[in-house]
Parts: sequence; structure tokens; C-alpha cells
Amino acid sequence: MNDVTVDWLPVVFIALTCLSLVVYAILDGYDLGVGVLLPLDSQSQRDSMIYSIGPFWDANETWLVLAIGLILIAFPKAHSIIFQALYLPTALMLAGLILRGVSFDFRTKAPSKNKAQWDLAFKTGSLIATLCQGYMLGRYVTGFSDSTFALAFCLLSAICVTAAYSFIGATWLVMKSEGKLQKRAAKWAIIANIFLAIGIIGVSIANLLFDTSVMEKWLSFPQVILLVPLTILFGFMFVTTHIYLKKVPFEHDLGCWYPFACGVCVFLLCFAGLAYSYFPYIVPMQLDIYQAASARDSLMIIFIGSIIVLPMIIGYTIFAYKVFWGKTSKLSY
Amino acid sequence: MLAFFNTPYEMSLILSRIQFAANISFHILFPTINIALCWILLFFKIRFNQTQDQSWLKVYRFWVRIFALTFAIGVVSGITMSFQFGTNWPGYMETVGNIAGPLLGYEVLTAFFLEASFLSIMLFGMDRVSNRVHTLATLLVAIGTSLSAFWILALDSWMQTPAGFEMRDGVAYVTSWFDVVFNPSMPYRLAHMVLASALTAAFLISGISAYRLLKGDNKNSVKYALNFSVLFAAIIIPIQIFVGDLHGLNTFKHQPAKVAAMEGVWETEKGAPLLLFAIPDEKTRENHFEVAIPYMASLILTHDQHGEIQGLNEFIGEHPPVAPVFFSFRIMVGIGMAMLLCAWLCSYLFVIKKQYPTWSLRLLVVMTFSGWLATLAGWYVTEIGRQPYLVTGVLKTKDAVTSTPAEHIALSLTLYISLYVFLLIAYVRTLYVMADRAVKLEQGSQSTTTSPILDNNQPAMES
Repeated sequence: MNDVTVDWLPVVFIALTCLSLVVYAILDGYDLGVGVLLPLDSQSQRDSMIYSIGPFWDANETWLVLAIGLILIAFPKAHSIIFQALYLPTALMLAGLILRGVSFDFRTKAPSKNKAQWDLAFKTGSLIATLCQGYMLGRYVTGFSDSTFALAFCLLSAICVTAAYSFIGATWLVMKSEGKLQKRAAKWAIIANIFLAIGIIGVSIANLLFDTSVMEKWLSFPQVILLVPLTILFGFMFVTTHIYLKKVPFEHDLGCWYPFACGVCVFLLCFAGLAYSYFPYIVPMQLDIYQAASARDSLMIIFIGSIIVLPMIIGYTIFAYKVFWGKTSKLSY
Repeated sequence: MLAFFNTPYEMSLILSRIQFAANISFHILFPTINIALCWILLFFKIRFNQTQDQSWLKVYRFWVRIFALTFAIGVVSGITMSFQFGTNWPGYMETVGNIAGPLLGYEVLTAFFLEASFLSIMLFGMDRVSNRVHTLATLLVAIGTSLSAFWILALDSWMQTPAGFEMRDGVAYVTSWFDVVFNPSMPYRLAHMVLASALTAAFLISGISAYRLLKGDNKNSVKYALNFSVLFAAIIIPIQIFVGDLHGLNTFKHQPAKVAAMEGVWETEKGAPLLLFAIPDEKTRENHFEVAIPYMASLILTHDQHGEIQGLNEFIGEHPPVAPVFFSFRIMVGIGMAMLLCAWLCSYLFVIKKQYPTWSLRLLVVMTFSGWLATLAGWYVTEIGRQPYLVTGVLKTKDAVTSTPAEHIALSLTLYISLYVFLLIAYVRTLYVMADRAVKLEQGSQSTTTSPILDNNQPAMES
């Protein structure tokens, strides 16, 4: 095969990778967020919160396996550069994910007296995972620079990503819970919303500063016009969510999905922004997707599988969500 | 002691190898149970559907919770693996990524999502979907776990006996996907592993059930589980021995150096004896304290008592470390024999005597985790036996390793090992806690169709 005709494959695969990353960030985002928010003062609220994510977290986390798998499979060179550079935070993040993943099951199956300890492990594991993911995002955006400014930025990023996950987790709870817990979740969401806004502004500015080509992409004419509606949209969502959350609960739970939906929009837009900034680079300033891609024949094999299987995955994921639709009730085996 | 390693690079290599071995050893314990346990759960569910006997449902409900716990640990420890390829073995994907990539990709696409999505319906969906959909969910999860095993074993077998590819500029390119997937050792390894899983699950079920009986738990559901698992093991184990033998012959044909290490044969010889025990010494290249049956090794491997077995000395520098392979092999076979005796004895007691004396229940409790030991030993034989290669004849382990500083690997290794030890203890302990809790429940008085909850303050529904 001639290279020109098949070179759409790296583009397709980077699109698939970004798609799974954003789906991961949204889906595992809310269950990580719920884990981070787990209150240490109320066993019954902890139970309700964990029931609300019980049927979903496992499949949610699989999107990370798919995303990392896609980078590994389609862009092996990028995978080894990125993850060798992020060696320690990756290991720590994995330890966090392991801890929270098992706590989930152990909390109800281990001796009853240990339940609170497993809940603490769940919270700690979730927090470690979100902080590490934020830190890793920061490292990635700054091109793995070791300057003090870059490291400070990574710490900011760690906090803001945790806030973003907390926000989507809290809004998930607003949607899935009732009564006291719902009100409490709305309060969490308000605080997280503010941090999220700061984070988006911070990351956007840093993004422009660290890489001149990114700045050019956004600030030259006519793309710069795009910033106007984007800013208005973000502002609108921020303000309306804020007002809505202040007034929770509404009669008949009117629009309980709205803050969560805004969270999803924010995640999608941020990812689209990042993708636009760096395309076609997969390691910022170092390696583009065409250089990093595997043999096109191998990509083709997975591509065929993906277009057959992905719709099925999406189909039964929707089915699973439908089965557990509505306000959370206690889980029964 | 670290002065032994001359360069930081060598230390990164050895630490990466220990870390990978630790990760994979820990990880494999859980799929080993679940590949078969899920099909067994499906069997329990179908028995319930057929007979409407609540005891079958109780067995299902008790074991589905153990399945879920096992699955969770399997998933989270498995995620580590997919990061390791890049962090610790970048040379692996750079050399054979064109082959390993699609196989791993298909595992995620066809197996992971299927398992994870339907597991929640299997666990929590019994009163939210129809009975038929619930049974279907169990079937789909079982298919998922098996597909996962299929892809991973295809890849591992390809690394053992690579086929269907060509090397261009040091990178492997596929010439035939069929030959890649169905490489020469794949059918044997897959069958051997699936049967190992069946045995591991069977001995786990019989061990925990025997424990409950010993504690005075005489519910029908416990007896059903025990009888089923004992008979199942008794049928599976001779098949496993037969398949294991075929697998050995296949290895003899394709990886003679591995077999020479398994058998402790240094010099190529005709009519080689079967070593029951020995201490292989790689420095002097001989065995100490041999206990042997003359001609047996040749007879088993070549089906001719004067058949020739190539010795390790023909593969100097290209054969695996001898002692770990040699001993692991004997541990695997030894445990296999113990399983055979135990399963047959208990089946005899069940079928002929119609009861299990206390000592036989104790024996089953001792054997609860025998499947884990045998499987681990078996994997050490096969994986250490592949050294010094990562992909036989294509890529040496030392050429794939990371340039990450050794200190970082030492840190991550410490982190993983502590987590693994902690989790392993918690897992085993929790199994017995769950069994104890089930024992305490009133016999037969619980209606299992009402909606019992996950909360352990109200352990309402375990059998």
C-alpha cells in the first residue's frame, strides 16, 4: 500500500485515543470525584455515595485501559517517551487506582469493623489517583520541563484536575441522590466549580506560554475570534450552574441533570482545546503522530475491529446505564 | 550486595524483571480463579433455572460475590501491566508492537468492556432485569473472561514460539495473522491454562465449602457446591495431565533448551533418566543428589526409551537459568499429583460412601489454594524457561529494558510489593470472613428472592 492513501490511520487513532481519554475523564472522573468527596463523618452518606457508583466504576475504568492501550498499540514510541518521563507519578497513580478499586469490594466483604478503614482507603486512593493524573497532565502540557515554574504549574494542575473530578462527581451526586446528601453535594459542587474555573483559565494561559506554536494557533487571526463564543459559553455554564446549585433542591428535582451536563460539556471542550493545541504532535514539541505510529497494516487490523466492536460497546454501556437509571437505591446482590 | 551489578543499567534490568515478575505473579492469581469460576457460576444459575431449587441460587449468590472481589483485584492489577510495557520495557513494543499491539487491543475491545459492563448486571441487576437477561449477563461475562484469556495466551504463546512474521530493520511485521494467533504452542498453552483455571476454581470452591461444613454449616447449598467441585476436579485433572504432557512434547519440539532445563539434562544423551530430585548447579554444570528413574525422561518426551534429549551444554548463553525452571516444574507436577489423589479420593467418598469424614474435609481445606501454587509454578517454568529471550530468537530481555533510573524502579517496586502483600493477605482473610458470615446464617429460613443488600451490617442473603 502506498503511504499517502493510508495515512489517515494515525489521525483516526489519535481521534480514538482522545475520545477514549475524554470518555475516561468524564466517566471515571465522576466516580473518582465521588471517592475524593467521601465524607468521613457519615457512614450512611458514604454508603449512598458508593452505591451510586457501584454498578459503573469497573466499566468506567476500562476506558483508561483502552486509552493507554491505544497509545501503546498505535503510537508505541510516544507511549515509551511519555510513560518513562512520567514513571513515578504513573506508579503512584496505579497504586492509588489499585487501592480504591479493591476498597470498593473489600468494604462490604471484609470484617465489619474494618469498613471505615476501607472507606478511608477508597478516599485516599481516589485522591492519589486524581492528584497524579493532574500532575501528569501538567508535565505533559509543559513538555516534561523541569523548571521551577513548570513544576509549580504541575502542582496547580494536580489541584485543578482533582477539582474538576470533584465537580463532576458532586454533580453526579446531585443527579443521583436526594435529601441531605443532595444538598451537601451541591455545596461541594459550588466550591469545586470555582476551582475548576480557575484551573481552566490557568491551564489555558500556561498552555499558550509554554509553546509558541500553540499561541500562534489560538491567537492569530481568524481563529482568535473563536475565543469569544468559547469564553461566553464557559462563563454562561459557570454562572448558571453556580446559581442552580445554590438553589438545590428544586421541586420535583427539576433539572437535576443540568450541572452534570455542564460538567460533561466543560470536559469535552477542554479536551477539544488541548487536542487542537497539539495536533499533530503526540509528545508536545517532540514527536508527531505520523512518526510515532505503528505499521499501517497493524493499525488497519485494529481499525476494522474497532469500527465493529465500538458501537457494540457503546450499545451495551448505554444498556447498563439504563438498567441502573434514576435515583440510587441500595445495591442488592 | 548491589555492587554485584556492574552498571546502573544492569540494575534497572534486574529490578524491572523483579517488578514485572511480581506484577504478573500477583495479577495472574485472580484471572486464574475467574476464567473458570464464571462458567461454574453460569452452571449454578442454569441449575437454578432448571430446578427452581433455591439452594442453587444461594450457591450462585455466595460465589458471585467472591467472583466480584476477585475480578476487582484482577482488573486493577491488570491495568498496571499495560503501563509497564511502556515504562519498563519500551524495547518490547518498539520491536514487536505491530504484533503485540493488535492482540492486546482486541483483548480490551472484545473482552474487558464486555466483562465490566455485564458484571454489574450480574451482581446488582437480579431484580432489575428479567431472569433470562440475568442469565445472559452471566454468560456474556463468562465469554468475556475466556476471550481475554484467548488473546493474552495467543500473545504469550507467540512470544514463546513466534510465527507468521518477518523482521525488517529490526522491527517485526506480520505476514499472516492466522499464524501469529494460532502459533505452534498456542492451542496447548490455552488448553493447559483453561484447565488450570478450572482446577484452581474447583479446589477453591471445595476448600471453602469444606471449611463451612467443618464449621457446622450443613445447608444444602454448601453440599451442592462441595459435591460439584469435587467431582468436577476429579474429571478435569486427568485431562489436565494428558494436555500437560502434550504441551511438554510441543515445548520439546520448539523450545528444547527449556525442556533441558526442566529435566536437568546437561549433556545431550540418549535414554535420559527422569530426575525425581536433584540440585542443578550451573557453575559446575552438573546435578547433585540425583534421584532418578532410568530412561523415563526419554520415554516421556520421545516415546522411545532410547530417544535423544538435547542437553543444556548445547545452548550455553542461550538457555534459561536452570534451577528455578527445574524446581518450579517439580513443584507443579507434585501439586498436580496431590490434586489427583485428593480429588479422586474425595469423589470416591462422595459417590460410594455418600459422606465426607472429617479428615477428608480437612484435606480439602489444606488444598484450597493448591491451584494457585501449581499455576504459579507452571508459569515460572514457561516464562523463566523462555529466558534469556523475551521473544524467542527475536528479542532478548536485556535489549528491551527501560533507561529509567534504577532508583525509580526500586521505589515503584517497593510500592507494588507492599501493596501486593497487603492485598493478598486481605483477600484470603476476606474469603474466610465471608465463609464465616455465611455459616452463621439461619439455615434455609431466608427468602432469597427478596432484595438483600450489600451492606455487611445486614448480611441477609448469603447461603
